[in-house]
Amino acid sequence: MCADRKTDIGPPHHDKFLPPIIKNNYGKWKYHETPQRGVLLHVGEKGDKLWSVRAATARIASIETIRLFADIADKFSDGYLRWTSRNNVEFLITDESKVKPCIQKLEAEGYPVGGTGNGLTNIVHTQGWVHCHSAATDASGVVKALMDDLFPYYHDKELPGKVRIAFACCLNMCGAVHCSDIALLGVHRRLPAIKHDIIAKQCEIPSTVAACPTGAIRPKTVDGHQSVEVIEEQCMYCANCFTVCPAMTLNDPEMDGLSIWVGGKVSNARSEPMFSKLAIPYIPNEPPRWPTAVKAVRNIVETYAKGARKFERVGEWIERIGWPAFFDQTGIEFTKYHIDDFTHAGETFKRSAQLRH
Amino acid sequence: MTERQTPLLDELEKGPWPSFVKEIKKSRKNPMAEDLLGILERSYREKIGHWKHGGIVGVMGYGGGVIGRYTDIPEDFPNVAHFHTIRVNQPAGWFYTSDVLRKICDIWERRGSNITNMHGSTGDMVLLGTTTDQLEPIFSELTELGFDLGGSGSDLRTPSCCNGQARCEWACYDTMGACYAITQEYQDELHRPAFPYKYKNKFAGCPNDCVASVARSDLSIIGTWKDSIQIDQAAIKAHHSDINMVDDVTSRCPTGCMKWDGAKLSIDNANCVKCMHCINVLNRALAPGKERGATFLLGAKAPIVGGALLASVMVPFVPADEVVDTIKELNEAIWDDWGENGKNRERVGEYIQRIGMGNFLERIGLAPVPQMVIHPRTNPYIFFEASEEE
Repeated sequence: MCADRKTDIGPPHHDKFLPPIIKNNYGKWKYHETPQRGVLLHVGEKGDKLWSVRAATARIASIETIRLFADIADKFSDGYLRWTSRNNVEFLITDESKVKPCIQKLEAEGYPVGGTGNGLTNIVHTQGWVHCHSAATDASGVVKALMDDLFPYYHDKELPGKVRIAFACCLNMCGAVHCSDIALLGVHRRLPAIKHDIIAKQCEIPSTVAACPTGAIRPKTVDGHQSVEVIEEQCMYCANCFTVCPAMTLNDPEMDGLSIWVGGKVSNARSEPMFSKLAIPYIPNEPPRWPTAVKAVRNIVETYAKGARKFERVGEWIERIGWPAFFDQTGIEFTKYHIDDFTHAGETFKRSAQLRH
Repeated sequence: MTERQTPLLDELEKGPWPSFVKEIKKSRKNPMAEDLLGILERSYREKIGHWKHGGIVGVMGYGGGVIGRYTDIPEDFPNVAHFHTIRVNQPAGWFYTSDVLRKICDIWERRGSNITNMHGSTGDMVLLGTTTDQLEPIFSELTELGFDLGGSGSDLRTPSCCNGQARCEWACYDTMGACYAITQEYQDELHRPAFPYKYKNKFAGCPNDCVASVARSDLSIIGTWKDSIQIDQAAIKAHHSDINMVDDVTSRCPTGCMKWDGAKLSIDNANCVKCMHCINVLNRALAPGKERGATFLLGAKAPIVGGALLASVMVPFVPADEVVDTIKELNEAIWDDWGENGKNRERVGEYIQRIGMGNFLERIGLAPVPQMVIHPRTNPYIFFEASEEE
């Protein structure tokens, strides 16, 4: 090992990247307002003003785009910028006269400004077919198609409350979509295809057996090869086995697709954090623009927009009107798949006669 | 290299939303980006991915930070035969200067695909796609610039936080300071996977939880306060005349602890559960109290393996200046127990479900308090300990 090789230095301290106005007002901000969609104005205790202009990105960013953002930051925000937890970029501006030109420049370059307050912001999502081995669907393409369709709710049109959409291309859920107002989740629906001839070389049989949450995998010798078998009725296509064993593949062009979940939240505002619940168990993969999935999400957003009270999140709206009304108003079919049958299933059964008739 | 035809992907250049296809095309002078377009077009046509499981690749002395990635059709797309991801530990709050971003771009232009994610799900800056021989040179140039790799695999994943006191009046503790301190403290745990499975710390400055810590981190640290909400009565009328004080504020309080008499807002602070709704709506007039700190919750995870979990309360309140030390104490107590006794691929939330919360609390040295549960148990199958027998 070379003597001067640096390791374990950790990330650079954020102080290096904070504009002077933030250093001067660190922990001393008084309030903020939203002068227009996509712009936050933070005011310090002594009256200092900071405008943050928020623009959407595709999450995938070419270095050409990062350099463009760097140029925009030099021109309008003294070289200071940050990203949000939902893949938006923000320019930190101290001169009010630069706010409008910054917005114009970003929108002219194809990075629309919006995403604040009650409405949609960027969709957090995973890698999909761009870079992942276990993806049951693409991520970036569905997100692009969805946000094109729902664009006004990001850019200028309000919804009753905040609506957070998240996308994960398999049950691994990088980014954890399980507590989002609307979640799209890639699903497999076919038994793992087992490569009996190579499984013992590629995988540890005991850890493959242990990976199954329902105990559906058993060791078995097949055609003289040490391998495993899958008990069909116990498999729910979660792909845990594939995660530990590449010789058990679940990806399938015709059977893979998407599910849609609704009513989760992480904020504590009004109601406690909630899980997302199943709305639509399966929609096929329809590249390049996934029209069925887009239409389904639009239907949920618009039904919510019509029925929810001010500030209500999707989950709060549904809890107020009741799940039967949600299925009735959206026209989504309720099936046996909506009734849980895993570990904590019984907790979700209705145990009272308090029903709307 | 001739440009590939991508009729399906071209459909995703249309429309007002930023296009990831345009981003990859902007990078296509790099042969890796050109082949990425090709492989993705193939996936769109065949409706299946073309990436294989990661192999073990990385930089010397680290077990995490690089995700090995190979295509299953290298004969057609040789420039992405190896296409490894590098996770670069982001600065707290995702703040950058134009200068430092340009320097990172320069490294990536010389040694990678020109394509990034800003940012990946864990919070890291993701450099998407390079070959094994470039890993050490990239690492060396990144550390020269003051950056380091993030976590991957069964290690402490890259901690992340909201922008906290840097740009938010509601932050009840210094999330960015805490995130930086914890990241620096545990460089070994972050870079050398030694746990049963992944372990995450996320830092949210207030109960709005903009980094989704309650859903996404094993140990979630959420800012809160103990004393009374600060009220500026005059500011209610001066700045919030458009708000209906009953419909929009008092009737939305989850515990009904607020009253508006037409001129004055009163709050029964003993019954406030710090949900943030009234403060969010009346942000010129209301603010969190002055006795600030954090609530610690534990055990969140996505479904794999045993089902999704939200985090649950461990410590109801820790004063702001004790937050970092308490995180260290808890992390280390948890790692001592779960690290030793957790099964392979068992997150700490699942471990707690297996051994019982009561037992877990004893093992990490925390006393049970009623804030930890929605209500006490309803089932009488109690595992009384032998020593309590008469």
